[in-house]
Amino acid sequence: MSIRVEGVSKRFGRFVALDDVSLDVPSGELLALLGPSGSGKTTLLRVIAGLETADTGTVRYQDEDVTNRSARERNVGFVFQHYALFRHMNVFENVAFGLRVRKKKAADVDRRVRELLGLVRLESFERRYPSQLSGGQRQRVALARALAIEPKVLLLDEPFGALDAKVRQELRQWLRRLHDEIHMTSVFVTHDQEEAFEVSDRVAVMQRGRVEQVGAPQEVFEKPANRFVIDFLGNVNVFHGRVENGRAQWQQFQFDLPDEQHEEGAPVALYVRPHELEIERSANGVASLRTRVERINAAGPVAKVCVSSAEFGVELNVELTRERYAELGLARGDTVYVSPRQARVFTPEYVI
Amino acid sequence: MADRAAKSTRAASGRDPALVRWTLITATLAIVGVLVVVPVVAVFHKAFEQGPAIYWQTLVADADTRHAILLTLTVAPLAVLSNVVFGVVAAWTIARFRFPGRALLTALIDLPFSVSPVVAGLALVLIFGLQGYLGTWLRAHDIKVIFALPGLVLATTFVTLPFVARELIPLLEALGPDEELAAVSLGANGWQLFHRLTLVNIRWGLLYGVILSAARATGEFGAVYVVSGHISGRTDTMPLRVEKLFQEYNTPGSFALASLLTSFALVSLALKGWLERKTRRELADAASAQNFLLEGAVGQPSPAAVTA
Repeated sequence: MSIRVEGVSKRFGRFVALDDVSLDVPSGELLALLGPSGSGKTTLLRVIAGLETADTGTVRYQDEDVTNRSARERNVGFVFQHYALFRHMNVFENVAFGLRVRKKKAADVDRRVRELLGLVRLESFERRYPSQLSGGQRQRVALARALAIEPKVLLLDEPFGALDAKVRQELRQWLRRLHDEIHMTSVFVTHDQEEAFEVSDRVAVMQRGRVEQVGAPQEVFEKPANRFVIDFLGNVNVFHGRVENGRAQWQQFQFDLPDEQHEEGAPVALYVRPHELEIERSANGVASLRTRVERINAAGPVAKVCVSSAEFGVELNVELTRERYAELGLARGDTVYVSPRQARVFTPEYVI
Repeated sequence: MADRAAKSTRAASGRDPALVRWTLITATLAIVGVLVVVPVVAVFHKAFEQGPAIYWQTLVADADTRHAILLTLTVAPLAVLSNVVFGVVAAWTIARFRFPGRALLTALIDLPFSVSPVVAGLALVLIFGLQGYLGTWLRAHDIKVIFALPGLVLATTFVTLPFVARELIPLLEALGPDEELAAVSLGANGWQLFHRLTLVNIRWGLLYGVILSAARATGEFGAVYVVSGHISGRTDTMPLRVEKLFQEYNTPGSFALASLLTSFALVSLALKGWLERKTRRELADAASAQNFLLEGAVGQPSPAAVTA
């Protein structure tokens, strides 16, 4: 069942939560809504679920216009950020709720609930109450409860937000495997880009009630549509240069401009990710920046080095592979030469 | 912040000389003793002065007293029932919806706490009395409100109006709308939502409100005094009967009935204490869940209303 959102806007008083949002989720896809707090991602999810009504715009499931249908009639599985388990019901009754209100036969309810508890590996917990479960277990109960009604689409609001790092990692992979098994059109909200990239087929990056970019994780990461997206997707170094001789220039570095036309002398912003900077011991005649090593954090899969240039008053974050780091043998206070391998150039129309 | 405050209180209490502490404790005990314990004991002592047999006879022999007990046992439950309906509806409305006038409505619900019951009674007479705004219409349709059961129920409901709503508003607010939204997304209709979920979640708070309003309704005097017309054997409730017997120098009868009224109060006090512990735990659970939620979603617009 595909989801199509067209021109949806929503205000809360004077706060614009959604500003003319359109989004397509093809059948069977797992899409992540990624954005900072207040970007409207949860509101969009709630509008898709029917828990919130849009001021304008339409929501379609497949070819059916469901804009005016209540959440009750939409038959969606919704997993709440903090699970919203029914506190006075045990695990079994929580999962059975959707079936009980549909007046299913007791035997069918029993069979279906046990099947789902097996799926989320909580068979032995059916008599427990939510307060007696860990965060990860609650999350799985919430998921089983949402799946019990055989929903057409599955919507998850920050599904791993309240869990600790290790459980989160496990549940992410588990959710991805589950999705591959049942192939239900799913949308989940997250503010964690790593989570979005790891789990989803496609990512929709949101800001201030708008969808800034939709694409496969790699596409969004490598070809960010604008400054917000590149800024939001992890650490980045920014240089403020100008257009000179038809190229973007900052100090002695020059880069090609994007397709759009630019006036000579216009200001441009150059974005360079930490792993796109190269460190050398000597200048070697190439355009490079003379810097001093300020801090080194080599605990992790990559070595993070912070260098500064007194001359230009900038501080840069550089990421090196462990091999390269060992080869260079860097220490605090060393003088090194930094050069960017590539940069993304944006014009300041996209001022954030 | 709170931690520091707690520490300074502890430090302060540590610094207070024993003399100050014991003076204050003694004074408090003395005041409670003189104003609360002694009168209650005295009521029972006076009532049972001539033995349990006489006590029992005094209560049941007098037809008017019997009627007063029966009337109170009719009026109080009816008032409590209307409070339950109103309280749940009002609390739900205030806790779940944001609308203009919401703050005013919340304040108005508290009004009966501050208005003198006599004034409330007079207001009812002004509306429903023979010379009142609705007097002519009521007479034309042969409906008696003032000096009759409906008036008693109305007056009692008015004075007990805040109890249930006051108890439920913070509880519903602490519980938050998420469980209800989850139930809606799972296909529950309004009634299923209410009786399978909300009612179960608020049951102890509701019962607490019921006990408070029952206790208040049973003892109500001022408003009822005005609207009842004070007719023996017809519109005298227990408190009114106690006063009348006392005025007629029937001290044993008056105290026997007063002791029964006091017993009701003591029973509700015990129930209240037991429930208080239960609801406090419930509220704490709900509040901790809520804090958790707030931590996670800083800056998100709050989903204001249940859109079902």
